[in-house]
Amino acid sequence: MIKKEMIAMLLAGGQGSRLGVLTSKVAKPAVAFGGKYRIIDFPLSNCINSGVDTVGVLTQYQPLRLNSHIGIGIPWDLDRNVGGITILPPYEKSGNSEWYTGTANAIYQNIDYMEQYNPEYVLILSGDHIYKMDYEIMLDYHKANNADVTIASMPVPMEEAKRFGIVVTDENNRITDFQEKPEEPRSNLASMGIYIFKWQVLKEVLVKLKDQSNCDFGKHIIPYCFEKDCRMFAYEYNSYWKDVGTLNSYWEANMELIDIIPVFNLYEEFWRIYTKSDTLPPQYIADTAKIERCIISEGCDIHGEVYNSVIGAGVTVEEGAVVKDSIIMKDSVICKGAKLDKAIVAEQVKIDENVEIGVGEMAPSKLDKKVYAFDLVTIGEKTYIPKNVKIGKNTVIMGQTSAEDYADGVLESGDYIIKAGDR
Amino acid sequence: MRAIGIILAGGNNKKMKELSNKRAIAAMPIAGSYRAVDFTLSNMSNSHIQKVAVLTQYNAKSLNEHLSSSKWWDFGRKQGGLYVFTPSITADNGYWYRGTADSIWQNIGFLKSSHEPYVVIAPGDGVYKLDYNKVLEYHIAKRADITVVCKDLPAGTDVSRFGVVTMNEDSRIMNFEEKPMTAQSNTISTGIYIVRRRQLIELIEKCAEEERFDFVNDILIRYKGIKKIYGYKLDSYWSNISTVDAYYQTQMDFLKENVRDYFFKQYPDVYSKVDDLPPAKYNPGAQVKNSLISSGCIINGQIENSVLFKKVYIGNNCVIKNSVILNNAYIGDNTVIENCIVESRGTVRANTSYITEPGQTPRIVLDKNERMGMM
Repeated sequence: MIKKEMIAMLLAGGQGSRLGVLTSKVAKPAVAFGGKYRIIDFPLSNCINSGVDTVGVLTQYQPLRLNSHIGIGIPWDLDRNVGGITILPPYEKSGNSEWYTGTANAIYQNIDYMEQYNPEYVLILSGDHIYKMDYEIMLDYHKANNADVTIASMPVPMEEAKRFGIVVTDENNRITDFQEKPEEPRSNLASMGIYIFKWQVLKEVLVKLKDQSNCDFGKHIIPYCFEKDCRMFAYEYNSYWKDVGTLNSYWEANMELIDIIPVFNLYEEFWRIYTKSDTLPPQYIADTAKIERCIISEGCDIHGEVYNSVIGAGVTVEEGAVVKDSIIMKDSVICKGAKLDKAIVAEQVKIDENVEIGVGEMAPSKLDKKVYAFDLVTIGEKTYIPKNVKIGKNTVIMGQTSAEDYADGVLESGDYIIKAGDR
Repeated sequence: MRAIGIILAGGNNKKMKELSNKRAIAAMPIAGSYRAVDFTLSNMSNSHIQKVAVLTQYNAKSLNEHLSSSKWWDFGRKQGGLYVFTPSITADNGYWYRGTADSIWQNIGFLKSSHEPYVVIAPGDGVYKLDYNKVLEYHIAKRADITVVCKDLPAGTDVSRFGVVTMNEDSRIMNFEEKPMTAQSNTISTGIYIVRRRQLIELIEKCAEEERFDFVNDILIRYKGIKKIYGYKLDSYWSNISTVDAYYQTQMDFLKENVRDYFFKQYPDVYSKVDDLPPAKYNPGAQVKNSLISSGCIINGQIENSVLFKKVYIGNNCVIKNSVILNNAYIGDNTVIENCIVESRGTVRANTSYITEPGQTPRIVLDKNERMGMM
């Protein structure tokens, strides 16, 4: 008989629309982070480091890169005879065929997957947070409380509390109230979207609410459990945790990695983060290079100057190019004399000679003021930027652009060029 | 491919000095991210050889650790796979491997139970890329009994540590001298051979009967008049790392753009065990010029014309020049290292200096100081 004490269900189907063009071709969990990693590496590594060896990954939006990254789970040691990693896309049924309409609906549609492992507990994770956490300790806590549901939660500044699901607890950490994005929060303990359920409880609730449209954990499942007087506890977590949901938080979280002793330290022996590395060779730093306060991944060829930046695998920075305060993802090429300031450059981009990025006065984005702000320049994957153009702040470029796309060779601050048709 | 592979990785070699104290030559770190045996293993995998035996003896542990899983070279197949054979005492044998031919003889069952018609034999210490299919095609076209992959070294190179061959105009090997004091040519054997499996079994069994143990002396040299032994000229990069100087030089070769491009960027790739280390980190004070830096390194000092392997820590105000720093070395603050090889896991105390005069064999730095509360 197959039995796993706890299995994990990792929600990785979301678009993450606030990351703009970075997620126009990939799901948010597959977005590169910290040079060689992708966001999903963090929860997956947490799973294997916590001894959770059965993980269902729920995919829906643009799953190709995610699927090829995960493969059969070799990098995380999740290639198992029993359990291991399973990718769970939405599927056609004889009666109704629907997409995953909400986080809980996605889990509901995979009850059969969970059932085959006869779990005692199910761990619900989301694929878009950067943190290191031992789920086993959380499980011990869950067991010690004989809880039906345990919600991992962390204190946030009171003024930000209204962006989160807030839990109010008594002195035993038992949850006495739950507020989803409240106007007037009664506590500053925010739910991190990490739950442990007793499997029997979860199954019952999922089936009860199966007809709820867009069934969601935060909006429906947790309030329902609360109403039904389930034993719900908050597991307080106080270390590094970052939701890289916006371009600014994404940029900041990357930049924090280059501090001399980063709060989120990837260099610790304990609790390693695993990823699929398809590039092995060391990086080459040429005579003409200058590098300071950077992290740089395998296979890079650096001939230019790079300051305060995070560079992915296989990136080329040619002689005379200057990269500052930027994130450059896998296999991109920065040609001779190009200058980048506060740019996020996605994978396989080519920035041709003497392009200047991040110049001029600040102006709000004409495409989406909320997404493209913070003076960042965002360049989508496989973009080409022709020689000698100047690009302002809060700009977005996606697709194979040519000199004609830039009036007088300039893209003003706040402007955008999106050629792929996909936003 | 219609061949199986045998990698001879058992030999010791005094010429590697302290570098071979704790590891087999085939396990020597190369070019920042690799081990010597990765090149031959990757060549075999990329030539679609599915079944490979690695014969190890001297310091086998180091190699076994590296070969702990076959998946990195894609040998984790149902058909074939990666086998590591160390000498073992059996009912009718109590010897270590007494030579290359003997090591094959002691594992003759591997040859007999295979069904592929050919065998590729290669040493574990060559740095090169080669599609063995091309050599096999040549072998078949020449109707050879044995094909030896040869390399022309630049005129004037000291070839006294190699097997030196002389070929006729048809590329048949007319003369073969093992490690000659004065050589008649600068064409050397790379130690890579292709031979028909049944032919190999026959030759090896004959050797064993006569208590002969060495593949070169007792097969290639003794049979050169009787068997058709052909040379296949390798015209791409090839290097053998069996001396400290050659080892150092091979590392330095990777600082050349054409060598890097050939091994790192051109198809096919070289594979190695994945180590899951974070990207290299450059802190304020880092100044790096013409160097290879591997993942997991943390750099606070000055580095020039050097190769840093994985997870090396360079302290503040260090000056590292023309040196090779092996895996997981820790270099304390204000240290000067020039023309040296720093052994892996070494801890070099702060405020020290290790300098080899240019032109001399690089000094091997084996500093085993305790690491206190670091990383």
